[in-house]
Amino acid sequence: MSEVWIAVALVGAATVALKAVGPVLLGGRSLPDHLTGVVSLLAPAVLAALVVTQVAGGDREIVLDARLVGLGAAVVALFLRAPLLVVVAAAATSTAVTRLLV
Amino acid sequence: MRATRYRDGARAIAPIAVAAVTFGVSFGVLAASAGIDALAATVMSATTFAGSAQFAVASILGASGGIAAAVLAATLLNARYAPISVSVAPLFKGGLLRRLLESQLIVDESWAVSRRADGRFDHKLLVGAGLVLYVSWVGGTAVGALGGEALGDPADLGLDAAFPALFLALLVPQVRTRRALAAALLGGAVALLLLPFTPAGVPIIAAAAACLIGWRRP
Repeated sequence: MSEVWIAVALVGAATVALKAVGPVLLGGRSLPDHLTGVVSLLAPAVLAALVVTQVAGGDREIVLDARLVGLGAAVVALFLRAPLLVVVAAAATSTAVTRLLV
Repeated sequence: MRATRYRDGARAIAPIAVAAVTFGVSFGVLAASAGIDALAATVMSATTFAGSAQFAVASILGASGGIAAAVLAATLLNARYAPISVSVAPLFKGGLLRRLLESQLIVDESWAVSRRADGRFDHKLLVGAGLVLYVSWVGGTAVGALGGEALGDPADLGLDAAFPALFLALLVPQVRTRRALAAALLGGAVALLLLPFTPAGVPIIAAAAACLIGWRRP
């Protein structure tokens, strides 16, 4: 089995289990408060790390290139409350144009 | 108040479903650019059905970050579904299989529209909205993945910059509280510090530890 399919299977199994926790296992009980606080902060922490690694990631180095222009365009689009597709398209287009010009 | 129907959920989610199709198309395109073939991308959308985690897998595999980092990052991103599914647990009735299948329709958006004005959650709104989103997401992925395989070098198209833009767009609505903003800033800082010293994927896992600032004494 290729690396991609192993990842697809494992991520699929983990997600199915996480979504089923409440309806299948708990039946109405809720998580303790101290755990809810931790879990609710997982998404912001991981998403921020993804932004950083995707915009400045290299092969064990920090690489600053045309992707930064794209992220800047995305920030502007988000500030203007543009829809998701426009935000992503603005980032890709501005990065592609920067690479053409520089 | 009249009883809600599945159709009410479908109608409530319609504007978001349009976005879900385009989001699915972009996942298919980006997955193709990361070396994930059309079948694998579509199967992933059908079985995982959670946008940010799938983008994380594609980006980490595309950067040769390894399976372990990709699976761990996706699982951490989806960990929020444990408390979310617990919050709607009493809505799901019937046999084990039915509850298991219906629980897979829980995504951020279907969960959000199923919350009624009185603060309680509605089963038919959630399932109706979830079904529409599911078809939109999986169908969009298939279209994008098949089209994406015909594309040239993703860097020429600026697709590598689409990833951070997307994650930023997903992050913004998550940082409405001071605590969430602190977790995001800390997570970002940890990732930046580790970037030059560790293999791809590790900075993301380490950054997840920033969520521990949400710990309250039991």
